[in-house]
Amino acid sequence: MSAELRADKRPVARSRRRVRVGPVVMAVYLVFLLVPIYWLIIMSFKSNSEILSSFTLFPDNFTLKNYRTILEDPSWYMGYVNSFIFVSLNMVISLLVALPAAYAFSRYRFFGDNHLFFWLLTNRMAPPAVFALPFFQLYSSVSLFDTHIAVALAHCLFNVPLAVWILEGFMRGVPREIDETAFIDGYSFPRFFTRIFIPMIAPGIGVTAFFCFMFSWVELLLSRTLTSVDAKPITAIMTRTVSASGLDWGVLAAAGVLTIIPGAIVIYFVRNHIAKGFALGRV
Amino acid sequence: MQKTVNQRAWFLVLPVLILVAFSSVIPMMTVVNYSFQDSFGENIFFWVGLEWYKELLQSERLWDAFGRQLLFSFIILMIEIPLGILVALSMPKKGFSASICLVLMSLPLLIPYNVVGTIWQVFGRADIGLLGRLLSDLGISYNYSQNAFDAWVTVIVMDVWHWTSLVALLAYAGLRSIPRAYYQAAMIDQASRWSVFRFIELPKMRGVLMIAILLRFMDSFMIYTEPFVLTGGGPGNATTFLSIDLVKMALGQFDLGPAAAFSLMYFLVILLISYVFYTVMITVDKDEAKP
Repeated sequence: MSAELRADKRPVARSRRRVRVGPVVMAVYLVFLLVPIYWLIIMSFKSNSEILSSFTLFPDNFTLKNYRTILEDPSWYMGYVNSFIFVSLNMVISLLVALPAAYAFSRYRFFGDNHLFFWLLTNRMAPPAVFALPFFQLYSSVSLFDTHIAVALAHCLFNVPLAVWILEGFMRGVPREIDETAFIDGYSFPRFFTRIFIPMIAPGIGVTAFFCFMFSWVELLLSRTLTSVDAKPITAIMTRTVSASGLDWGVLAAAGVLTIIPGAIVIYFVRNHIAKGFALGRV
Repeated sequence: MQKTVNQRAWFLVLPVLILVAFSSVIPMMTVVNYSFQDSFGENIFFWVGLEWYKELLQSERLWDAFGRQLLFSFIILMIEIPLGILVALSMPKKGFSASICLVLMSLPLLIPYNVVGTIWQVFGRADIGLLGRLLSDLGISYNYSQNAFDAWVTVIVMDVWHWTSLVALLAYAGLRSIPRAYYQAAMIDQASRWSVFRFIELPKMRGVLMIAILLRFMDSFMIYTEPFVLTGGGPGNATTFLSIDLVKMALGQFDLGPAAAFSLMYFLVILLISYVFYTVMITVDKDEAKP
């Protein structure tokens, strides 16, 4: 911008105008994004009667009752526990199998590598609706229905391909010479991989773990289809409440706010990698 | 990067292969199986050949859902892509404000899909929602659970709210990779803001924009949770998109045969788009590899 200002009279005027337009667009857009979220958060601090009877931009009687309901009722808070269990399982499984595979894809050519890489992508893109029924039958037949591991494995359908693609994107940035030097120095492959290579791509692993966590956390259809009581995730519990008759909006809003918190906590640390993660490591 | 041929790399890929085969190939085979058979219950199946496919291709229900789906994906692309580019161009380039913008913009992307539906539900309802209340106070009749047009508008605005940030973040990543020298050259030529965009920024964003378009197309093409929570596919069938229809058929009515045939055709379309996506990805990679 400063170089622009020096160049000529006309671009100065033009750039000034642009400086004003940018923040306005940005501000309007951010307001558009944040107002619905604000409404949800505010609603979670209102009592149900206040939500239904009066229309207030800020709670008249600020209450934590909705949150207390969730934290005291096992049928609510176990939803978060269940979600955390299968999401963590899925994250660990996805990373463990994806790390060596991503290394292979980033370093070597082998029979069928391109086809395999493409096939992985098709699984990331597969509609969960197509897999809901067959998964239900598959996991019922091996008596894993309503277990955390079933949901964790089902989410591997899209999270393992995702992890392989993102990790491959990070690993290709590491020069091959490092591998070769390590092998010349007498490192065995497992030792090289765990002692040298993994620390080098630690940020990439962090980003991948975050995306595995997130895509498993936000998914509803498969986790709802594969569970009934013991492993029911919070997202499914929330939709159950929606369909019930006497609807407690305050508790629903509080439950929604609580599901946003994990993402909101880590968001700052991954802010520069979000585009990369969604674009499967290609940006 | 030069890769060496090494067939032993297969051992590194093997765990992924086994796991994904278990969660994708086996279920897919059951789907193929069902799509050629009919059942009177109690696990007695008999071969019906291509009957289900013929029936489905003639059924209005499928074509209606398909049409709605295409229309939906088309509309949200027409809104999200230009809006995303505009937002990316307006973003601060560096410093603390850039971080704040990145964090706030990413927020909708990390909200569980059903909570996105809930947010817009409590935001849009005429009795308790801020938006619904404001609109009705302004004298505009708006009710997304009764009126098909209102339902469509709400679902589209919801998707724009949810995903425009992704397009913006991708475009922003593309913008940041443009060397300063390009802008300086444009300034020497006294290029207008529009020509800077048209001849420098847009061509340089081509790769990421292709990725954004395809990602948004794919994900909107299998949208399920958000409209399911918001409208349940209604009013009537107005917002019943392909995935909602398929789940109704497979898990609601348990029509295994038609649902399976439906799944396979759905999957074939996805496969086709995936291939385009893959080709684009590979080209983008090669373009970037060029000096």
